[in-house]
Order: sequence, then C-alpha cells, then structure tokens
Amino acid sequence: MTRKSRRLWLACACLIGLGSATALTLSAFSSNIVFFMAPSQIRAKPPAPDRTVRLGGMVVAGSVRRQTVGDTPVALFDVTDGQAAVTVRYEGILPDLFREGQSVVAIGTASPDGAFRASEVLAKHDETYMPKEVAEALRRSGKWDPRYGKAPDAASWDTMTVRNARKDAAGPQQQHGS
Amino acid sequence: MSPELGNFALALACCLAGAQAVLPLIGAQRRDPRLMAMAPALAVGQLLALLASFACLVNAAISDDFSVQNVAANSAVAKPLLYKITGVWGNHEGSILLWALILGICGGAVALFGRNLPSALRARVIAVLGGVSAGFLLFCLTTSNPFDRVWPAPLDGQGMNPLLQDPGLAFHPPILYTGYVGFAVPFAFAIAALIEGRVDAAWGRWVRPWAVAAWCFLTCGIALGSWWSYYVLGWGGYWFWDPVENASLIPWLTGTALVHSAIVVEKREALKIWTVLLAIGTFSFSLSGTFLVRSGILNSVHAFANDPARGVFILGLLALVIGGSLLLFAIRAPALTAGGMFAPVSREGLLVLNNILLCSICAVVLTGTMYPPFMSLLFGRTISVGKPFFDATAAPLAIPLLAFMGFGPMMPWKRAQFWPVLRRLWWAGILTAATFVLAAWRIRDILPLLAATFAVWVIASSAADIAERIRLFRLPLGQSLQRARLLPRAALGAALAHAGVGVSVLGLAAMSQASHKIVEVRVGQTEMLAGDAWTLTDVHAAPGPNYTSLVATIEVRHDGRLVTVLHPSKRTFASQNQTTTEVAIHTNLLSDLYGVLGDRHGTNADPTYVLRLHYNPLAPWMWLGGLIMAMGGALSLSDRRMRVGAPRRARLAGLVAAR
Repeated sequence: MTRKSRRLWLACACLIGLGSATALTLSAFSSNIVFFMAPSQIRAKPPAPDRTVRLGGMVVAGSVRRQTVGDTPVALFDVTDGQAAVTVRYEGILPDLFREGQSVVAIGTASPDGAFRASEVLAKHDETYMPKEVAEALRRSGKWDPRYGKAPDAASWDTMTVRNARKDAAGPQQQHGS
Repeated sequence: MSPELGNFALALACCLAGAQAVLPLIGAQRRDPRLMAMAPALAVGQLLALLASFACLVNAAISDDFSVQNVAANSAVAKPLLYKITGVWGNHEGSILLWALILGICGGAVALFGRNLPSALRARVIAVLGGVSAGFLLFCLTTSNPFDRVWPAPLDGQGMNPLLQDPGLAFHPPILYTGYVGFAVPFAFAIAALIEGRVDAAWGRWVRPWAVAAWCFLTCGIALGSWWSYYVLGWGGYWFWDPVENASLIPWLTGTALVHSAIVVEKREALKIWTVLLAIGTFSFSLSGTFLVRSGILNSVHAFANDPARGVFILGLLALVIGGSLLLFAIRAPALTAGGMFAPVSREGLLVLNNILLCSICAVVLTGTMYPPFMSLLFGRTISVGKPFFDATAAPLAIPLLAFMGFGPMMPWKRAQFWPVLRRLWWAGILTAATFVLAAWRIRDILPLLAATFAVWVIASSAADIAERIRLFRLPLGQSLQRARLLPRAALGAALAHAGVGVSVLGLAAMSQASHKIVEVRVGQTEMLAGDAWTLTDVHAAPGPNYTSLVATIEVRHDGRLVTVLHPSKRTFASQNQTTTEVAIHTNLLSDLYGVLGDRHGTNADPTYVLRLHYNPLAPWMWLGGLIMAMGGALSLSDRRMRVGAPRRARLAGLVAAR
C-alpha cells in the first residue's frame, strides 16, 4: 500500500467519524432540544402536545394539592411568572427543596387544555439560588428586578398574577388547596 | 495567628511559583546548569509552602475559628469533625486552594521522580507547571482568598449544605481534582517539547506514565461522583448530563485518547503532533471544565459563586493558558518532524480509530454542553439539552468503539490481517453472539441491546487476549502460569482496563431496564415491584447529631423469604431549615434494591407515606467497572518498563536502551 493511499484511508476514517458525529448531533438537535417556557408563554402559545418543554417560575403559595390515584401519589401545583399561572400535574415525590413561593423548573408536556404534565420537577440544591432561566422570565415579566433584592415571597406572587387580579376584582379571593 | 501564617505561606508559594516559571526557562534556553538546577528546588519549596497554607486552613476549620470568613460561611460548631475537614474543599475558596496544592504536588513529583529526564526538558516541564501554578495562586490571593477575616467574628458559623455532609464527598473532590490537575504534567511535557522542537519515542515514554496516572484518578473521580449522586441525591439515576458532569467526561475522553496515542508515539514514532495537541487539549478541557463550572458561567448545581470579578480573572487566565499554548502549537508544530504513515489494518491503525471515535464522542458531548449557553448568549433563547440528546448521539458512536476495542490488543504492529485475529477470538465471538440472542429476549431497545452485546465482546476478547498470550490450555497449566507471571504488566493492565470498560457498559445497558414505582402507602401495606414484595412495616422519628430524622422500615420479601430490611429516612437540619433524603440501598452485586422515603400525608391518626422503590439491575457494575479500569491503569503503571526503564534519547528511532 502506498503512502498516498494510506493517507487517504486516514482522511476517510476521520471524515466518517466526524461526519457521523455531525449527522447524529443535527438529528438529535431537531428532536431532543428542550425549550424553556414561562407560564405566560405557554398560555399564549401552547407547544405541540408531544413536545417536551421546561416550564419555570414560582410555585404559587397555597396552590399545592395532593391526590392519590390508585396507589400513586399525584401532586398538583400552580407555577407563575407573575403574568399567568399554569397548573402542573406531577406523579412522584417532589424534591426536598420544593417549597411554595420558591422557584421551580418542571420538565414535561403541555396539553391543549392548558394543564402541564411534568415528568420531572427540579428544585435547585441551594435554596437561595434561583435558576437563571426563571430569574430571567420573572425579570422580563416586570414583576421583579434582581437589583432590588431577593424575589418577593409566595403570598405576593399569588396576588400578582393576572388571573388572581381578575378574581380579586370579581369577588373575594379564593383559597387554593386545603 | 495561624490564618495569617497560612496567608503568608500562600503568598510565598505564589512568589516561588513565579520564580519557578521564569528562572528554569531562562536556564534551559541559555544552557545554564545552575539556573536549570533551581527548578526542582523551587518546585519542592512551592509544595511545602502550599502544604503549610493548606494545613493552616484545615486548622482554622477544625478549631472553629469563625473570624475566618470562609470557615464562618461554611462550618458550624455542631458539625462532625470529618465534615469540618472535608468542608475545607466543599466551597469555592477552599477548592481553589486544594486545586493549587495538587498542582504543587504534581510539580514536586516531577522534581522528585523525574531525575532521569534530560535536565533541560525537566527544567522546562517544571517551569510550565510553575507558570500555571503562579496564575492560579494569584487568582486565589486576589479574588478568592480563603484566609479573609471577618469582623466582628460570629459566635457560630452558618453551617454546611447538608447534602455535602457525606463521606463520599470527603474523597470525591480530591480524587477528581488529582485527575484534572494530573493532566497538567502531560501538558507541561507537550509545551516543553514544543519549545524544544523535539518529540520522539523517548518523549512518548516519559509522558505516558503521567497521563496514565492522571487518567486513573479521573476515572475514579468520575465513578465516585456518579455513585455519590446515585446514593445521596436519591433520584434513582446515576448520571444527569449536567454541565459539571460533562466537564469531567470531556477531559476523560480526550485523556483516554491521549493514553492510547502516546503508545503509538512510543512504539512507532508516529502521531507525534496529534499527541502533543491531545495533551494540550486535555488539560485545556480540564481547566475550562473546572473553572467555567465553578465560576457559575455555565448554569450548574455545582457552581459555588456568581462573582463577575472572579469570572473575568478566570476567563483571562484560561485565555492566557489555552490561547498561549495553542499559539505556541501553531508556531512550533510545523517544525516537528512528521511521523511515518501506517497501514489501516494494524495495531496503530486501530489506535487511530480509537482516537477518532473518542474525539467524535467528545465533540458531541462538547456541542451538547456548550450549545445552550451559546444560544442564550447570542439569541437570548433559553433551551436545554438533556439525556435524550446525549443518548442519541454518544451511544451510536460508542458502540463501534467497543466493537474495535476487542481487536485492538491482539492486532500486531505495522501490518496485520483481520482474519487470523478473528480466528483467535472465535470463542469470544460465539459468547458475544449468544449474549445477543439472550439479551434480545429481554431488552427491546436497540442501543442498550447492542451495548450489552459488545460489552460482553470486550470482556471476552480481553480474556482471550491474555489466554492467548499465556497459551492457556495449549501448554500444561504450570507452564501457562509461569508465562502469566512473566507477562508484561502493561499488557495485563490494558486487558484489565478494557474489561473494566466492558463491565461498566454492561451495567449501563442493564440500568436501561431498571424499573421503579412511586406509591403512597399506610404502615403495613405491601407493594409488588420486580417480583419482590415490599412492605412498609414501621416509621419512627430518631435524633441525630445536628439533625432529626424520620426513619422508615421496609421489608422486602421474595416468595415469602425475607431478602432484606431497608431503612430509608428523611433528615431535617434545623440550622439550614433544609431536609435531605437518605436512600436505603441493598445490593447483592447483581441488582440494587433502592428505597426512598418521601412526604408524609394524611391525618395524624391515619398517616400515609410516599415511597419510591427502584429495582436497578447490575447497577453496582457501573462503578465497579470504573474501579477495574483504574486498577488496570495502576497495574500498567507498575510495569517494569515504566519504573526502571530510564529511556535515553537514542539516535535511532525505536532503539531505546533500558539502562
């Protein structure tokens, strides 16, 4: 085998390796990228029912309800970005750091009726830490500016949502959950 | 007083490192033996200063000196002694100091064990290590000094994150850091070779033990980290594809490629420029991995701090180290003599294939890790890339890697043919085919099925390689054992490390078949999972040193026979107002029974408890495989050639005298 053909072999192997890596990456990107959405975005433009998205925001105070379907525990809670709230349904154990009034990220799919089925709920290890994407969404919604200190607590988030503001106008505030 | 001493020792180490970076380099350039001889002395001096400094910080943590801000922020009187010590590196400042200390140890090790290197090469290697060290010590002193005082001193510290109070975490960071930092030595060798303009077989032989040692530590560190997240975080998984985990995987992939390509440099004097590039790349990935993650530039649970001053300093330092070395590479690499070409079907041909595949995997992992931050930086879109992406990209590339791995060690150098090698592997092939048929019956997904099949192939062919070398069953057993004793340890080590990869992959493939169940039960209720009956028999409260816990008792029975009693619990730490989940795991090495206690619901009179129960087949094999890989590396490090063979630079390629 000549030196030239050996070099050709090597070049071919490199091209095949990198080519398949690129092809795999591109095909995986088209189907496996998960977009982050704030509750108001999900309300405004619901994603396709089979599309996995990350929903992030604050857990509305007093919104956590629990049910048991068969033997499986189901948690329902509302996540808000100050503009709108989305009800999340999650089968499983909520993480230790999950708190009402604190930031949370739920990964799952949105059904057309507006409910969100989470396959995973993340609360960060550090309780003072807010996921960057949640902070960004809250800041954009104009309800919180990180320059003026920590995020306001649960109760005020609750009343800040548009939905609740409307409710307030309509009648006495309704309590969530038990 | 002692924190001031520590601070002084740190500053002294920084000055010594600065001198270490400059003087030996000048000496090597001017061929001045006195300046070159300063290198080892300075390296050892820097190491001693760093040891003193680290001892002072540990002392401050043990003696509860809350006037030191770092201790006040991360420790508390009630914390157990072990965690007071390990807490030293459980935060940003302390971990940087540990990082610098390990780099100092590497420098000291080159100074002590590198006596047989040519003095100019040794001086340059130590100088490069000193330069890196000086940069990070400066970073430590100016932006994240662990000895900063706070006034007035608080009566008690704020305590440590309870998640980090775990024995696994005591050893995970030091081992992982040793792996990361260990690649600084091959990096320094690469830079020194570029300055000298010379890479030859002897260089390959000198650099390989350091690369193998660092690789062993990195392998152990990754396995330990994965194990920690499995039994501490309690989510039932073992790898999250979190940026920080990827940051350790990327240098591991390039480091593995480096360990293999250095063999080709040593034996065939080929792939020289590529190996130098890999050495630079591996250390660059370790550096950027550790520091981009720790500085919070990549969004991660492991980020300690979000401080712009630190970020800018780190970015500048990274740009200097990585950009500088790549620039040097661009200028000097063309001056290196190109190596010979070789046939595609040969040992070196397969080693090249290994490098191509490993680097392809590395490229997709890197893309998946860096794409989200770039998208958010450039287009303001927040996206994330998770397990499905990495499964779909990395696994298809890993499977051909496993397939070729079986042939590699049996393939002769220079020119070979597939057929004779395949004929010697016949029984491994039959075993693999049998596995495929058996596994296809149980595993429905194609990727885990192929992974399991080729994992068996790798293990079987490693065994076949050794059996072939000692002519097992073809000579009398005594003679075979005699041959086994005389076998070079490097060959044994390689076979062991390859088998370790097979064991790990088998564990990963089996874990794709894990089953779990989340249930809400009353005390006394029984649930079925994977053929076992799990009964919650009791839940009671129990006090701990700095927490209170709720402990559950779960009895697991198989066909009425008691298999094990699990005690998962939930701990509430009053000082941080935080709860942690303590997982209960029962393992018989073939499968793990994994129980997690969740929330308590219902009324006080009739409480119900949420339980998560997992059945994880072959889970321990994932980490066991990592351990076997590292043992294989250690075994090949103990090879006589690596220890004794002080290779002298020979005029003739390949002619390397043993003494």
